[in-house]
Amino acid sequence: MKQKKLFEVYQNNSVKISVRREWCKSCGICIEFCPKDVLVPDDQGKPIPENIDACIKCGLCELRCPDFAITVGGVEEKDE
Amino acid sequence: MKTIIDNYIRKEMFPNIWCPGCGNGIVLGAIIRAIDELKWDKNEIVAVSGIGCSSRITGYVDFCTMNTTHGRALPFATGIKMAKPDLKVIVVMGDGDCSAIGGNHFIHAARRNIDLTAIIINNMIYGMTGGQYSPLTPTGKFGSTAPYGNIDQTFDLAELATAAGASYVARGTVYNARQSSSLIKKALDKKGFSVVEIISDCPISYGKMNKMKSPVDMLKWIKDITVSKKVWEALSEEEKEGKLVTGEFVNIDRMDYSEKYKGIIKKAQEMGGNKQ
Amino acid sequence: MNNQKNIKLLQGNEACVEGALLSGVKFFAGYPITPSSEIAEGMAKKLPKIGGKFIQMEDEIASMAAVIGASMAGLKSLTATSGPGMCLKQENLGFAIINEIPCVVVNAQRGGPSTGLPTKPSQGDMMQARWGTHGDHPIIALAPSTVNEILTLTIKAFNFSEKYRTPVILLLDEVIAHMREKVEIPAPEDIEVINRKKPTVPPEEYLPFKPDEDGVPPMANFGEGYRYHITGLVHNYKGLPTSDSQEIDAFIRRLHNKIEKSIKDIIIIERYLLDDAKIALIAYGSVARAAERTVKLAREEGLKVGLLKLLTIWPFCSEEVNKLAQQVDLIIVPEMNLGQMVLEVERASRGKCRVVPYGRVDGELINPIEILGKIREEIKK
Repeated sequence: MKQKKLFEVYQNNSVKISVRREWCKSCGICIEFCPKDVLVPDDQGKPIPENIDACIKCGLCELRCPDFAITVGGVEEKDE
Repeated sequence: MKTIIDNYIRKEMFPNIWCPGCGNGIVLGAIIRAIDELKWDKNEIVAVSGIGCSSRITGYVDFCTMNTTHGRALPFATGIKMAKPDLKVIVVMGDGDCSAIGGNHFIHAARRNIDLTAIIINNMIYGMTGGQYSPLTPTGKFGSTAPYGNIDQTFDLAELATAAGASYVARGTVYNARQSSSLIKKALDKKGFSVVEIISDCPISYGKMNKMKSPVDMLKWIKDITVSKKVWEALSEEEKEGKLVTGEFVNIDRMDYSEKYKGIIKKAQEMGGNKQ
Repeated sequence: MNNQKNIKLLQGNEACVEGALLSGVKFFAGYPITPSSEIAEGMAKKLPKIGGKFIQMEDEIASMAAVIGASMAGLKSLTATSGPGMCLKQENLGFAIINEIPCVVVNAQRGGPSTGLPTKPSQGDMMQARWGTHGDHPIIALAPSTVNEILTLTIKAFNFSEKYRTPVILLLDEVIAHMREKVEIPAPEDIEVINRKKPTVPPEEYLPFKPDEDGVPPMANFGEGYRYHITGLVHNYKGLPTSDSQEIDAFIRRLHNKIEKSIKDIIIIERYLLDDAKIALIAYGSVARAAERTVKLAREEGLKVGLLKLLTIWPFCSEEVNKLAQQVDLIIVPEMNLGQMVLEVERASRGKCRVVPYGRVDGELINPIEILGKIREEIKK
């Protein structure tokens, strides 16, 4: 399996989801409460937006993340 | 991608020390988003906390910050606000911190109506010391010092703050983080003593002793035990048992303490020069 | 120039208020307690006249906290209390020590323990001043013996607190706090007022707990563009909690050393007829007044007695006492307790002479005749 980076960015045509894996503690809150079931846990319990096309950018995962480890934005937003 | 959050935190302090799924981080995010919407200057913000897991919040934000002694955050903040009334002073406390050891300070800060924003992260337990029951642990629930169930009655912090004279009182939850952020924003913007209690989760100390194994279980529980004001009003007394009402309870305009003290300075100076 | 002296008849607590105002005090937080309340009352009246702030808090814990908060925001701050309140202040006094926050705490001592003797004098809190708050820490404590000295030592207390970034305790006792004496109030231009060092570097380079050569870090007040963290946890140069044993060790040692290395500046003592003395009295506070009279009476009897009056209690003047112990045969330490400062005197004397306590704990003052009686008794031995 491919080693994941400390900071993973996933995107499609309209959504960009960033996961700061270094800060993520695998609590599962973002995955459980995503209204569109966008996220699934990887082998460490950290979120992967496997179903990214279903994302409606509601941002609930970001608001509820206790570790500032997941961010949802539009693709037009620039990387730092 | 640089987020709103990144503009306000001390990045070198992350990842934070909190356990997986701890609500403290959710509240921290809600506070930061509220401040960002208000466009406050970081140099004018002072964040003060007491002791406990939640009080570590002040170490993570890039303001003037003060992690004080257990229960005493409000009187420290009172001194800062009196000295420099233009500073925006935010006080973050835990439930034990605010309602047990700091209970009297809480009442008197509200009574004075000093312009502070008090955010109480209520996870209903002493988390840092290992799950001892607090004045906000629900009756019948378990703690490491309540192995046979808690027989204490709980405080209703919102009612306590209201009775003591706070200008703004609200309650949110970490489950409904968006609402919490907007309640915090209104509290921050309010002149006078404002209180926002956020019902939070402690999966490790509270959850494990009360049959909730994961952060997810705890958030579901918080969702189940909290109801909006509208729903609350329709409930019978029996149905209200074990539930907590959320939303805004008090929002009144009254002169705050620093403003009143300006009147004292004016009076004292009019009454007889600077000598005596 | 105006040569006319400003002489007033003042109560001890009032003199403390005047001294604080001359030092530039701008904030007072307190809680009513006998025999210190007149300081709060004076502050409530006078501070708003100069644009300062007074607040009566819900207890002494909160008062101490508010004083520290106000000092962090840049105001010179004062609180005053007595034994029972001093017990409550200990918690946040420790916070002020570990975060090096300047402030002055007055303890008008009354009899104890507990509620004790609210309206009677005592010197029972000398060791509490030194070790009251937990942890291994330094402290500066001063003890005036006249109303005039209350004024001058209040100014000293503020200056030391600002210069060394430390709380300073001013130890009064019920008698000098309430007695009235003639006080010469100096003109503001005639006194030295020291203000805390400000950082000379821009905010991005500022390390709030990195000391200068004197061991004292420059202090940025909150709200002046320097954003940083302070915590009661042991911290590094940045003010952030540390568990690095080297950083911890260096920090605790520096707290002690910044006081220790300036001991010559901090120690204030007065020598009275000691040059040819064979018997020395060591006294402080209101007892020093009686001891001075005892020296005069003893000299009339041909006894070579002198007095070392301590104005700085902590840090203790060990070197001076050690020299004295080599000169005299006997040191008597009269104090309104059953032996507190005498322990320090014994330690500093290192067995070079006999050291004898003389204690009184019945709520009455020690008078000159009884000290003289003690001298006569001891020289027979």
